[in-house]
Amino acid sequence: MIGGLPQESTGARRDIRLPVYSRVLSGVIDFSRRKPLGAIGGGILLILVLIAIFSPLISPHDPYQIRGNAILQSPGSEFWLGADSLGRDVLSRLFYGGRISLYVGLVSIAIGITAGSFLGAVSAYFGGKVDLIVQRFVDAFIAFPGIILGLAIMAVLGSSVNNIIFALILVLAPSAIRTIRSQALAVKEMDYVLAARAMGAGDMRIVIRHIIPNCMAIFIILFTLNLGYAIIVEATLTFLGVGVPPDVPSWGGMLAEGGIAYLRDAPWLAIAPGIALSLAVFGVNLLGDALRDVLDPRLRGT
Amino acid sequence: MTGYILQRLSLFLPTLILASFLAFAIMRILPGDPAIAMLGGAEGSFTQEDLDLVREKLGTNRPLHIQYGTWIGDLFLGDLNESYFHHVPVAQLMKDRFPVSTQLAVMALILSYIVAIPLGVLSAVKQDSIFDHAAKIFTIAGVALPTFWVGILMLFILGYYFNWVPPLDYADLWENPWTNMTQMIFPALALGYFNTAFAARLTRSTMLEVMHEDYIRTARSKGLRELSVVGRHAIKNAFLPVITIIGFQLGRLFGGAVVIEAIFVVPGMGTLLVQSVLIRDYPVVQAIILLIALVVLVLNLVVDLLYGWLNPRIRYA
Repeated sequence: MIGGLPQESTGARRDIRLPVYSRVLSGVIDFSRRKPLGAIGGGILLILVLIAIFSPLISPHDPYQIRGNAILQSPGSEFWLGADSLGRDVLSRLFYGGRISLYVGLVSIAIGITAGSFLGAVSAYFGGKVDLIVQRFVDAFIAFPGIILGLAIMAVLGSSVNNIIFALILVLAPSAIRTIRSQALAVKEMDYVLAARAMGAGDMRIVIRHIIPNCMAIFIILFTLNLGYAIIVEATLTFLGVGVPPDVPSWGGMLAEGGIAYLRDAPWLAIAPGIALSLAVFGVNLLGDALRDVLDPRLRGT
Repeated sequence: MTGYILQRLSLFLPTLILASFLAFAIMRILPGDPAIAMLGGAEGSFTQEDLDLVREKLGTNRPLHIQYGTWIGDLFLGDLNESYFHHVPVAQLMKDRFPVSTQLAVMALILSYIVAIPLGVLSAVKQDSIFDHAAKIFTIAGVALPTFWVGILMLFILGYYFNWVPPLDYADLWENPWTNMTQMIFPALALGYFNTAFAARLTRSTMLEVMHEDYIRTARSKGLRELSVVGRHAIKNAFLPVITIIGFQLGRLFGGAVVIEAIFVVPGMGTLLVQSVLIRDYPVVQAIILLIALVVLVLNLVVDLLYGWLNPRIRYA
């Protein structure tokens, strides 16, 4: 399973004495050589993460500052990407908006996919009634399309960054449960699980030390491929007015404020955040597809 | 086959009941009180008596299992309760809107397959040609562009270059089919783009897989023309995985329809759902999400049965 990992395929024997960072580095170089598109995707993601982290340093203006004399100003030397209906700098809001998109996406993925994977492994390992009950819940959750489920949850919780993360966790976890479960079903029949049980290992020890590590490839794939989906759902909910509160700069919110109302007079208000959003999802997808091909070729085309 | 049908049905009912429970639980168990929302939301702007009165009227002061029981009971009698805000039965609000959203989703699905299947088949048959690369750009963009941004872009291009704006009044499909179709085609195209790209990618990869099978080599070696190899042998076998995701796709299209309807001001269920979410009209939200879940579950059941019929191996799996 893990045999396809890049750092091992370069010849683990040679790397074994090297420090961790150089093994990681050679893994990255090998991955880029085998999957140039994936490396481009990773590069795009890295740039966006750096912009998000350093947005206070690189933003040309204060993203919150309202300027009466700059309302709907077209892109130019002062406001590179123009200004919005309140005269706020679009480029600075774009940088800060990236923070929200990536933060919400990464946190909800980290919690949702991890929790879902754990539940999936447990459900597969114990089988029987536990599995039956967990899987019916997954069926029921999956019956609600992500955006619909997100809308319903946000209707009750009200818009805030933490609430949208909570909603996304509930949207993302069920499909992770399902995917990891099917992998774990195969892993639990392996001889090393039998051996562990023969040595007297407890159920939780087997799940955590043997089943989950052997589902790692799928976990990494789920993590990247769902990041794009999480970013889109967050932006969509924010666009509809129930996601991130309107005063916080976010890509979905920028599209909601200027997207349709000023389409004719100030199309840059819709184009800038839309391109940022698509670029982020595009980068994540490229990286995810390449990781999937390298880590688990059987999943290709899904 | 009978055993297989019974097995699928025995999974369907508990899932449907659980889905109804979830639709209810989301609205009641998560923090957030509809009574407070109705009174304006801010603490201190109303008295405890006001709050109790509203809760009494909404029935939210009763124990949860009784609320759920009443809701399900009413549901079986065809009563979806009354909207908190419009003060009309929820069923009446949804009656005209459900067909509109369904039409939008089905149109998007059909349009996406009309484009996706030839696109996927051709790029597999002519792998690594210029056509294949062009198709790849089209599909990669389709998967990365968020549906609502595609809608906004389409609105921009149509408005800027063709002076087209979304109609204030959408014509009825049955009374005025031509006008209705010309109005709905753009939202349907915007909604279907993601699906087109997704289905084209899937068709291409399954076609590629099938083209390397032994029976294709056999068909070729017995001297069949390439057209009948592809048309009679390959496409038929490549379709199975594509069919299985139709249910999932329609569900996703219903989800995407919400935001496309909001952008194109289509008077469907999505616009009603968004409005109801913003004013916290719980009975309406609850009814709409349950209806969508029901549609998805029924579609999945139909697809499962169809799949079992098409592919006998699956029945015994």
